[in-house]
Amino acid sequence: MAGYEGKTFKWVGTRPIRPDGVDKVTGRANYGADMNLPGQLTGRILRSPHAHAKIVSIDTSKAEKLTGVKAVITGKDFPDMHNGVMPGDEGVNFHHLSSNIMAKHKVLYDGHAVAAVAATSAAIAEEALSLIDVKYEILPHVIDVDLSMQPDAPLLHDDIFTSGVNPKPEKPSNVVQRIQMQLGDPDAAFKDADVIVERSFKTKAVHQGYIEPHAAVAEWSEDGQCRIWCSSQGHFMIRTLTARLLKMEAAQIRVMPAEIGGGFGGKTIIFIEPTAVLLARKAKRPVRVVMSRDEVFRGSGPAPATSIDVKIGAKKDGTLVAATGEFRYQAGAFPGSPVGPACMAAFGPYALTHVRATGYEAVTNRPLCYSYRAPGAPLSSFAVESVLDEIAQKLDMDPMEIRIKNGSKEGTQMVYGPKLKAVGNLECLKAIQSHPINKIPLGPNQGRGLAAGFWFNLGGQSSAVVNIAEDGTATIMTGSPDIGGSRASMALMAAEVLGIDYSKVRPIVGDTSAVGFCEITHGSRVTFATGMAIIQASEDIVLQCRQRVAKMWEVDVDAVKWEDGHALPAGANAGDQKPLSLAQIAGKAARTGGPLVGSAAINAGGAGPAFGVHICDVEVDPETGHVTVLRYVAAQDAGKAIHPSYVEGQIQGGVAQGVGWALNEEYIYGEDGRLQNSGFLDYRIPVASDLPMIDAIILEVPNPGHPFGVRGVGEVPIVPPLGAIANAVARATGVRMTDLPLTPPKILAAIDAAK
Amino acid sequence: MSGFQYEAPVSVDEAVGLLAGAKGLAKVLAGGTDLLVQLRTGAVQPDMVVDVKRIDELRQISGNAASGFVIGAAVSGSEIGEHAALVKAWPGVVEGMELIGSTQIQGRATPGGNLCNASPAGDCTPGLVAAGAICVVAGPKGRREIPVEQVPVGPGKTSLAKGEFVVALKLPPRAKNSGDAYLRMIPRTEMDIAIVGAGVDLTLDASGTCTHARVALGAVAPTVLLVDAAAKALIGSKIDDAALAKLAAAASAACKPISDKRGTIEYRTKVAGVLARRAAVIARDRARSNG
Repeated sequence: MAGYEGKTFKWVGTRPIRPDGVDKVTGRANYGADMNLPGQLTGRILRSPHAHAKIVSIDTSKAEKLTGVKAVITGKDFPDMHNGVMPGDEGVNFHHLSSNIMAKHKVLYDGHAVAAVAATSAAIAEEALSLIDVKYEILPHVIDVDLSMQPDAPLLHDDIFTSGVNPKPEKPSNVVQRIQMQLGDPDAAFKDADVIVERSFKTKAVHQGYIEPHAAVAEWSEDGQCRIWCSSQGHFMIRTLTARLLKMEAAQIRVMPAEIGGGFGGKTIIFIEPTAVLLARKAKRPVRVVMSRDEVFRGSGPAPATSIDVKIGAKKDGTLVAATGEFRYQAGAFPGSPVGPACMAAFGPYALTHVRATGYEAVTNRPLCYSYRAPGAPLSSFAVESVLDEIAQKLDMDPMEIRIKNGSKEGTQMVYGPKLKAVGNLECLKAIQSHPINKIPLGPNQGRGLAAGFWFNLGGQSSAVVNIAEDGTATIMTGSPDIGGSRASMALMAAEVLGIDYSKVRPIVGDTSAVGFCEITHGSRVTFATGMAIIQASEDIVLQCRQRVAKMWEVDVDAVKWEDGHALPAGANAGDQKPLSLAQIAGKAARTGGPLVGSAAINAGGAGPAFGVHICDVEVDPETGHVTVLRYVAAQDAGKAIHPSYVEGQIQGGVAQGVGWALNEEYIYGEDGRLQNSGFLDYRIPVASDLPMIDAIILEVPNPGHPFGVRGVGEVPIVPPLGAIANAVARATGVRMTDLPLTPPKILAAIDAAK
Repeated sequence: MSGFQYEAPVSVDEAVGLLAGAKGLAKVLAGGTDLLVQLRTGAVQPDMVVDVKRIDELRQISGNAASGFVIGAAVSGSEIGEHAALVKAWPGVVEGMELIGSTQIQGRATPGGNLCNASPAGDCTPGLVAAGAICVVAGPKGRREIPVEQVPVGPGKTSLAKGEFVVALKLPPRAKNSGDAYLRMIPRTEMDIAIVGAGVDLTLDASGTCTHARVALGAVAPTVLLVDAAAKALIGSKIDDAALAKLAAAASAACKPISDKRGTIEYRTKVAGVLARRAAVIARDRARSNG
């Protein structure tokens, strides 16, 4: 790997227009639902109206007889996945996954799929759904995580035995796992504290709120080859899971990535593609399945509700002496809650000698709980940041001072194992400390809130291909769906290494049969890991060019160097050769060895953790409980911002979603266990006028694990907002609230109760 | 969404004939911002939809402040918002209409539709009730006029008989020194549904004493409430703090709300008083500057 430390970048760090931008703003870009094939049918899914029920029978005969209906499927059409996890499955329970896509013997949540039809029109498909007769035997349900963990709670599965407890339980339970991470002896260390704050918190489930509903088109050829067009955060994931769930071979399936209209973690798992594939096989025609918004809320993978206890002890001077947290995270109907990452990230911004994070995951009668941007971390961070803020108040200490005093930095031992390398936590804290927002005087009913956040970031497997055309322009291809401007970043990194203009590089996302394997776009990994693959594939091209030129000049390859897109003599010994451009070399490629194709396939380690520090001002209407966010500033360490505008976009987007999470977003269930707000009217994501301009500050503490110093930036921005908003509201009202979201009715009730 | 017969008559009589003769459920389509959503979700499954937007009378604003405005039932929110004389005379009525939905929705949403959707939380209705608007209803027996508050009789239900539909809304002649206002409580800043709404219309005499007032509350009962006790708290006062406190108490006392996913009984009851008081202050200040 070439060393770029101290190098002046020509392209990296600039802000050109994104390559996918024009097609998106003109409407030309094709999203998941835009695919249309000749003879295509409309697929629709019948969903359970009950939170928990035994399926007594499903009679599809009337639907099958309806003119225009070409296929009807139920859980029986899906291959039996046996029970449990198979060797090599890396923890994926295919029985659970298959049962979530189409219910087998029980429905486990309002919205659980029970049958699907393919018909010649949407109206016929919907009529067919109404003709399917499902007989249910309703069972008691459980929605709340604390209730689900009770011994007498309605049991969802008979094959879940709590892992991580000793002795191993003999009875099945809703509690999937108990995990624990510890440093030192916090129980003993609390004795040294001058002040201890211990609080319990509850938060509600929220949805990622991506604008594009899940959509997939499936088509079979007569020779048994299958093609899928869909929008996801990983078309290789779609291929792998479809193949496993339907007992097909991976190479039999070709998955074409559509443009993606938002994912935020919610499109890192499979929901509808196997259904579309089975319908298409049965109907012998292409089938398109598109979820409605109601289906997205009821039947995709929202983030969990939680119940959390956090206890922190400090000395009078603000030194933190011990901290513990118990994080009880709701899973949906099947395991998958991100309680592990929640425990890892909870105390991340602080250097603690005595700390323990304990996590529980429990299944509930809700849709599959899955990833949402820094999965699990915003909630555990909210609890920790709230308690820390209260400690600062009790010590009459500046909330910034206590965070800087205890801030984690290079060399800090993390509770989940590693020691930190170079990170930007203190830099972010100090950037916020010196920001002019601190000088703005607060008016009546206004409060200022501060919070820090941590996310470890991921690396992982990525492939990239760089193809040089005969005129020296480059097409670069990866298999990483672009959910945040990554194509622009890939093109900038390739342009930097190749030494050609950004406009000469066309980045594309290749399908599963066109490019090597790439893991899903998650964990803030793409600009880091897939970017590293692009850098290496571009370096491969540079090396090949030097080899071709060495051949032309009849010198050793070491005698040819690469600068600014040209091959040059490395020194006087190489002779008096004129520089050759990439275009000149490419034009002679046929005579020097054939096409110039660079590639790289890597498993990237060395992902650098990300830190962010947020400060915000709010005003609370004391008579209505309404919160107005007046100002918001977020500082974040990007390592190296390849395209600063899209880093700022990630920061602003994370903040916007976090503000919604803090103030108004929640899954609301009735006594009957049914979701009451499966639409954007009563599921309140922020609208533009709810937010102030979000001031994003990028800091660059290079990640030693990446050639350009890149660290992931997409997830950590959603970690601090919940705590920052809650702390601001607490300071504006004088009332510390521990239940999210902070809706106007809840705030007003808390203000009135405190009077 | 199942199939239905779609009709787009060009006269009131033709529309009445279609609605009166319809077999099964007939729905009137004005802007469609409620009806189309209900069709899509399957909440209503009509046999006939009668689009009234091609009837000229329903698409006009006529009259003036002195004689009284007549607003066609299918005039859009943006057209109302751009009518300078109407905005000047009845800012509260206009702001209620303009709070509905986004810019795009404003191009379609209508006061007649909002009224006949009969949601207790409809934003246009409290302002119209406070204004003392009269609803012109056409039907098989000809035309009749009823106070606007008598149109909704419960959530989703109106007093209109089969074959009847709303043609226009008549605002009374505007007295000097009058002002109105509408406020609603929503968790967000826009694109939301009222947890509580409050409309106030009032008139002052030369000394600044309130001679006329009407107070209407939304989303705190099965229909929009016209609260006489709240109006009485203002009439005869200079709309000072004492009168405003009495108004707030009377407004809260009149509430008969439910607890639901949008708000609790306690919250709605308290905030109804707060919003009525704040709306009265805005209406008073508008009346003072509207001599």
